[in-house]
Amino acid sequence: MIHLQSCDIAVIGAGAAGLAAAAETAAAGRSTIVIDREELPGGILRQCIHNGFGLTYFKEELTGPEYACRITGLARQAGAELRLGCAVISAVRNADGTFELTLLSAADGVTKLTARALILAMGCRERNRGNLAIPGTRPAGIYTAGAAQKLLNLEGVLPGRRAVIVGSGDIGLIMARRFRWSGIEVEAVIEIMRHPSGLPRNIAQCLNDFGIPLHLEHSVIEIGGRERVEYVDVAPLSDGVPQLERKFRILCDTVLFSVGLIPENELSAELGVELNPATGGAVVDCDCQTSVPGVFAGGNVLHVHDLVDFVSAEAAAAGRAALRYLDGQPAAAKNPVRAGANLKYAIPNYFSPARTTEFSFRPLILSNDATLTAELNGETVWKRRLRHIRPAEMLKAQLPGDLLQQDGELVFNLIQEEVQHA
Amino acid sequence: MFTYDVAVIGAGVSGASTAYQLGHYHVSAILLEKCADVGFGVSKANSGIIHGGFHHPVSSLKAKLEIRGNFMFDKLQYELDFPFRRNGILVVAFSEEEMATVRKLYEQGVANGVRNLEMCGRDRLLRLEPKLNAEVIGGFFAPSGGTIEPYRYVFSLVEAAVRNGVNLHCDFKVEQCENDGEAWLLTAADGRRVRARYVVNAAGLYADEISRLSGAEEFTIHARKGEEYLLDRNSKARPERVIFPVPTKHSKGVLVIPTAEGTTMIGPTADPADDKEDTSTSSDHMARIVALVRQMVDGISVRDVITSFAGLRPVLDSEDFYIAPSEKVPRFIQVAGIQSPGLTASPAIGEYVKDLLKESGLTLTEKKDYQYDLPRHREVRHESLEALDRLHAENPAWTHLVCRCEKISEAEIVEAVRKGHRTLDGVKFYTRAGMGRCQGGFCSARIMQIISRESGIPLEELTKKGGDSRLLAGRLGELPVQTEMEAGK
Repeated sequence: MIHLQSCDIAVIGAGAAGLAAAAETAAAGRSTIVIDREELPGGILRQCIHNGFGLTYFKEELTGPEYACRITGLARQAGAELRLGCAVISAVRNADGTFELTLLSAADGVTKLTARALILAMGCRERNRGNLAIPGTRPAGIYTAGAAQKLLNLEGVLPGRRAVIVGSGDIGLIMARRFRWSGIEVEAVIEIMRHPSGLPRNIAQCLNDFGIPLHLEHSVIEIGGRERVEYVDVAPLSDGVPQLERKFRILCDTVLFSVGLIPENELSAELGVELNPATGGAVVDCDCQTSVPGVFAGGNVLHVHDLVDFVSAEAAAAGRAALRYLDGQPAAAKNPVRAGANLKYAIPNYFSPARTTEFSFRPLILSNDATLTAELNGETVWKRRLRHIRPAEMLKAQLPGDLLQQDGELVFNLIQEEVQHA
Repeated sequence: MFTYDVAVIGAGVSGASTAYQLGHYHVSAILLEKCADVGFGVSKANSGIIHGGFHHPVSSLKAKLEIRGNFMFDKLQYELDFPFRRNGILVVAFSEEEMATVRKLYEQGVANGVRNLEMCGRDRLLRLEPKLNAEVIGGFFAPSGGTIEPYRYVFSLVEAAVRNGVNLHCDFKVEQCENDGEAWLLTAADGRRVRARYVVNAAGLYADEISRLSGAEEFTIHARKGEEYLLDRNSKARPERVIFPVPTKHSKGVLVIPTAEGTTMIGPTADPADDKEDTSTSSDHMARIVALVRQMVDGISVRDVITSFAGLRPVLDSEDFYIAPSEKVPRFIQVAGIQSPGLTASPAIGEYVKDLLKESGLTLTEKKDYQYDLPRHREVRHESLEALDRLHAENPAWTHLVCRCEKISEAEIVEAVRKGHRTLDGVKFYTRAGMGRCQGGFCSARIMQIISRESGIPLEELTKKGGDSRLLAGRLGELPVQTEMEAGK
């Protein structure tokens, strides 16, 4: 028998985002069901056994599993129901504005769940070797950093003995240290950009403290090995072109890819949610509401964050907005927000006059002196001088509602005083 | 020592199809495969096209078997239940010069006896395939062409053969092949031996080596590499038909292939490879392939590429198939040079080899009790919700999804392992788990656990594709750890 169920709010994903959103909606008395494919809640935090989480959201330093426990506790205590080991195989919007999710799980078989609002909190997946079309053979020993982390931290097995890490994203850096602590050699980290894509603290604590070389502006030009990885060939880049005459070989049995994350928006697309090519996530208003009324998004499914605390905070805001939607409050106004000079994107994509709004940006430049400005209809209404700007670090700015009194277009620019090109 | 009637060397499409044919008769047969699983050589990395019978002149053995093979697929699919669609092939031209070649191909197809070929103007083409670049000027349509999942087809052929009494040895790399006057004695690298009266040499890229080992004809198989790129199943550029450019001398060109499983593939290239194991890919090909196919379907984007792979075509100097009894040694059938359209021809190759065995003196009596229907292959992604609900009542593993991208359940993975697929790639090719956009990033660890649980092989012994392709290097805690103090400056 196909189970039929309904709730006020269905949250897809029980990670740092989904659980934070559910804690808000359930605490307000709205029936909330959080769905996740994994058997345990917490998402990717479960495998992040290092510390450094929770400093802003919980005001103390936690490991990933501790953060997962805390945020799960918040959602459960608030009364949210967690549906684990459960996959959403389809999501459609009904004619009456409600949503029907089709769920599959070993516990319940097939369930049709009707919800009045949806919160998308699916997080992201890792870009992999295939996305980059890195040349060479396809032997065993090629993993994404997150997959290797799962094998090591959750399964207790060693993915290899001698590794090269491609990409200097945070997960890759964390894994370099984790490998060393497990007795796995880390020969090098290879980064195509001129600057690392991970946080400076991770460069210091995960590479420098262990003497692991970081080759900036280098590219892997070949992966070699028949059955298991045997080597990678690496070449320096000049204007993005590998200098083959200066290529060198690094012997290894494992290659880890830490080359970026892609928000998982396949279900969003199925629902008809408009996506933003700059982020890979949904286009949202200042309430994290997507182009489909009643569908909200927060956390890494919306745009890739540096810190889990911001993921939870953003999704909690999406949860509060979903409550206002269920209370029948009108949707926020949709005045366009644009990313101008030196910014990859600005989120949210719309502002509402007189609403105090926190914006997030991803800079395209590295600078120690630049000014972030906000222009409303061509007139600068806000600016702030920033001393430390790295593409690896998200920028945030809260604009008070009294500065945004009129309708129109809001453009953010990052104006460089003295700049090194990214 | 038991003496088989027939040993087939190589479990690719040709060997598997031969084994499938032999399963219909009262003969004892064994299929020998050097890899850890069947179809792991040439057949695995294939464009999966069922060709339309117009690329080669009918005077070639290739074209004869291609046309006959194409006809045989409907019945085979009905019996064996592998993914196959006759979605039709379009050959498209963007200039008058290309149109001239298109006309020649059309005429060749008609002369070859292919039915329902249709010359098309621009409007007809765009109606048949709206994703085509609007600058197309004409072409032709071969409705009998289509796409197939080649590895699934090989698995099905082998399953049918095994169900009907054919034996299968994997990891059996033939290193000696001696004729003692009555039969052939085949010795594997690990010392296992098989004795058989007849040998079928369907060893793909290594058919030349097997021939030499056996004292049969001297010839050389060249490897011609083809690289393919796989696009996300959500790619908006996915066409309905297989789209061919006008072919060149050595290759049918770079195609846009809507696979039988709903993804899109672009490729292949055609470059000579010195090494028969060189299935490496190169980055400059991706840009070139994407540029080539964008001339035909302009919506294709590099952003949609989820993975790439390369396969090797076994090519003889003649460029034709070589399927014949050896003239130098007795009871030895050569099946060599099976490059494109080998997949299309393969059902007919099996039948042809069976006839050659008969002509060479093998007695073939048809079985009255041939087991036709394989148990249906159930896949969550193709089942209705009501059916899934019933499956769940039988076994909750049916509604436990392991591979999120391709929607593969635990039950499907367990079935694959129980059928003998014990490598990560074997399970992947059997079930599709790990073939989607995350390329196994989320599910590999889970799949490895299931393989280990079902097969009893410890996790750290599992391989990607057999041999030394070990996925892991032991348990956490086994390696000595340098302290930070020692490691630092």
